[in-house]
Amino acid sequence: MADVKEKVEKHIDEVTVRFAGDSGDGMQLTGTQFSDTTAVLGNDLSTLPDYPAEIRAPAGTLYGVSGFQLHFSSEDIHTPGDVPDVLVAMNPAALKKNLPELRRNGLIIVNSDAFDKKNLKLAEYDSNPLEDGSLDGYEIMDIPITSLTFSALEDSPLSQKEKSRCKNFFALGLMYWLYNRPIDQTVNWIESKFKNKPDIIDANEKALKAGYNFGDITERFTTRYTIEPAKLKSGVYRNISGNEATALGFVVAAEKAGLQLFLGSYPITPASDILQYLSKYKEFGVKTFQAEDEISGIASAIGAAFGGSLAITTTSGPGLALKTEATGLAVMTELPLVIVNVQRGGPSTGLPTKTEQADLLQALYGRNGEAPVAVVAAATPSDCFDMSIEASRLALTYMSPVILLTDGYLANGSEPWKIPSIDSIPEIPVKFHTDVDSYQPYSRDENLVRPWAIPGTPGLEHRIGGLEKANITGNVSYDPDNHFEMIKVREEKIKKMANSIPDLEIEGDNDADILVIGWGGTYGAIKEAVMHSRKKGYKVAQAHFKYINPMPKNTEEVLKSFKHILLPEINMGQLAKVLKSEFLIPIIQFNVVRGLPFRVGDIEAKIVEVLGGKNE
Amino acid sequence: MSSTEIKTEKYTSKDFSSGQDVRWCPGCGDYSILAQVQRTLPNIENIVKEKVVWVSGIGCSSRFPYYMGTYGFHGIHGRAPAIATGLKIARPDLTVWVATGDGDLLSIGGNHFIHACRKNIDLKIILFNNRIYGLTKGQYSPTSEKGKVTKTSPYGSVDYPFNAISLALGSNATFVARSLDREPKHLAEMIDRAAAHKGLAFVEVYQNCNIFNDGAFELLTEKETKDDHVVILEHGKPMLFGKNKDKGIKLDGFTPVVVDLNDGRHTINDIIVHDEKDHGMVRAFILSHLTDDPNLPTPIGVFRQVFKPTYDEAMVEQIEQVKKKKGKGDLEKLLFATNTWEVSEN
Repeated sequence: MADVKEKVEKHIDEVTVRFAGDSGDGMQLTGTQFSDTTAVLGNDLSTLPDYPAEIRAPAGTLYGVSGFQLHFSSEDIHTPGDVPDVLVAMNPAALKKNLPELRRNGLIIVNSDAFDKKNLKLAEYDSNPLEDGSLDGYEIMDIPITSLTFSALEDSPLSQKEKSRCKNFFALGLMYWLYNRPIDQTVNWIESKFKNKPDIIDANEKALKAGYNFGDITERFTTRYTIEPAKLKSGVYRNISGNEATALGFVVAAEKAGLQLFLGSYPITPASDILQYLSKYKEFGVKTFQAEDEISGIASAIGAAFGGSLAITTTSGPGLALKTEATGLAVMTELPLVIVNVQRGGPSTGLPTKTEQADLLQALYGRNGEAPVAVVAAATPSDCFDMSIEASRLALTYMSPVILLTDGYLANGSEPWKIPSIDSIPEIPVKFHTDVDSYQPYSRDENLVRPWAIPGTPGLEHRIGGLEKANITGNVSYDPDNHFEMIKVREEKIKKMANSIPDLEIEGDNDADILVIGWGGTYGAIKEAVMHSRKKGYKVAQAHFKYINPMPKNTEEVLKSFKHILLPEINMGQLAKVLKSEFLIPIIQFNVVRGLPFRVGDIEAKIVEVLGGKNE
Repeated sequence: MSSTEIKTEKYTSKDFSSGQDVRWCPGCGDYSILAQVQRTLPNIENIVKEKVVWVSGIGCSSRFPYYMGTYGFHGIHGRAPAIATGLKIARPDLTVWVATGDGDLLSIGGNHFIHACRKNIDLKIILFNNRIYGLTKGQYSPTSEKGKVTKTSPYGSVDYPFNAISLALGSNATFVARSLDREPKHLAEMIDRAAAHKGLAFVEVYQNCNIFNDGAFELLTEKETKDDHVVILEHGKPMLFGKNKDKGIKLDGFTPVVVDLNDGRHTINDIIVHDEKDHGMVRAFILSHLTDDPNLPTPIGVFRQVFKPTYDEAMVEQIEQVKKKKGKGDLEKLLFATNTWEVSEN
């Protein structure tokens, strides 16, 4: 290393970085900024925010650690990465908590200023890991980030505390240098975010630049990395999270249906963003009602649906449980309603900020009586856009409640999204019934769908509600035969939706030895595991369920044409239970419920295990 | 969506009947409420029948929408105010009424009730209060008196009852009134005034359940006793009662007391003059608590009517303001409203 200026530029294909610090350290912001900049550079990427349920746990503690993982690549990727290659740890607790998951030989960048006696004790370290040799085998960059930030901000009129808050921008700047990313996008962001606070703008920008320049000047970094843009399909892209995609999908669906969008919702993690986003879109006439509770959220949506809106309610696990009775009311009144459940770890309050897909049986069956509803699930963050439109289309076309399942990982995770042209999204035909002579509240068309006649229509005054209805007239009926008939009609109506949903698609070898199936947010992990196994010479195929009730018409045919069916689920085997009872086929289950997305390597290992390790 | 055609010919009460068989027990106080509603609605200025919606929860009273010739929604227990709220917000052009009972509104639906009041959603809520659970056959309700013996309180209820008027006032309802099923003229007047009020209108109707709680309001409805036990609230008038209107309510500090105008010590000037427009809540609260004291008469009439913008209006106004500022929503712009980048053919 004779000349420090001669740093090696190394081209790599992909890297997984994890930013970790105190929940007050701004790690989510740092991660998001790095993701946005990386997205604009044209890398494919996938993110996994991971933060505690406590907003500000006591500083320096293990339970206060907030993390943001980001996987980016010059190739097509589908997960936020199994193990980070690089860990940025702002304090000892962040190091301790994340070290077990770091790749062996991985790079650790730590804020050495934070490794004082107090913080080491809070992180339950007996000795300083930076000095005791316990990090041997890792590449350590101990950088006094706090003091370097202070010296960069010497002239700033800000208080010490405020200056200290800028240290995440120092770390971000350093990472921008290390991975050859421009800083201007973050500079623009800082300027618009702190519009009327010139001192804050100045300090954050200085810290960012100081971090960037430090990378350049210090003798310690000898290598700088470049990751070329990924070969994505041509088009205009943006980075998008699942919750934002869901919100946008509903706005588009309402416009395509020519209806007003109404959201009745009660804040709950991780679903609240959808309510927050939709509250902003007033110029589209979106009406958001922050209800007094979950029940009011869905009940108000049912009222709005009766009135002729595209009505939705959004929630997460325990909230869906509270909406149960009203969901049955929507089934009985046959009104269009979309219920979004952003699943999180359960039962009860469970793991509020962690992901899980264990509400499937609740979505399918969690109601009193025979109360079938349609259930669809988004597969990736950007797929939330398509599936919220699909859920709306099915609800409006079939006058039925539809449950859209996403999860904490999809909701908060983000990926590049090729923005569709609005014209390419089909209209959703909706007609309010107005003809007096032909009107019966529960008359039915060929799809068994009843007409939507809304209050304000002269001559069509009618009454609906939760009591059993006489078919056609909709009058209250306690007739036993009518009840049985109506149960069958409501069931059949959901089944008929299968006529308007796509077939289950097989990705990979049609003559594979094993078909890996899944549903919802596990799509990316399964896809990568399948791709890796195929590269190793295994014959593997994948099929992913986005429509769970009803299922695609070719489901049975697909499932019965493979020798082995493997189903990884972040639950104890809920879809497996449904498929086994429906199709009487053996299913190899793979269930890991840790509040985290699947690790690709684990699914891959399971595939190999099922295939007996042959072809390796 | 909105056909604003206003019917010129006059409606009759028949127009507001669905023609379905009414299935309340013979002698039920609900019949009177139904009759007064059907009689009153046709006389309301500019009323458009197809724009009227009755929403209900569960209970005897909640069968009400089935008997009305308007749009109707028979919901689930306690949730009528929430369903009605969504409907009214989505469709401010509709006139939305809620028919509910003491169990429905004040027990399982308590949360929705207080928040509908607080937000001043333009709903008309008629509470059928018979102080008993009727449809489930005779258990005590949140308005049953302490000590009441029912199927679920064989040794007397140890619950303290809710005072529905106090609850509505405490939740900032902008129109709060009470009437009696056995006072059809007064009841009709309260319904009429609720209909005319812009904002949340709450009308409690003391209503007899002749099967499970017969005679609950006997003192207030029987000829021999009612004059001494009911005081009619009239705006701007002194609160007098008794057969010869020679008794009145006087305020002793914050304590209401009954005075006799013939005792030689009091004159009409000592009697409270009712002011329903009072924005302050103190006097309305004092009046609402007269009911709880057996030595004081029960007020019927309008306790409070004040005006403030409604939730649904405010929401529409805000949307219009944002549209004015940002222009009408453009989907293309929305999807691209962030950092984007272009990938060209590889």
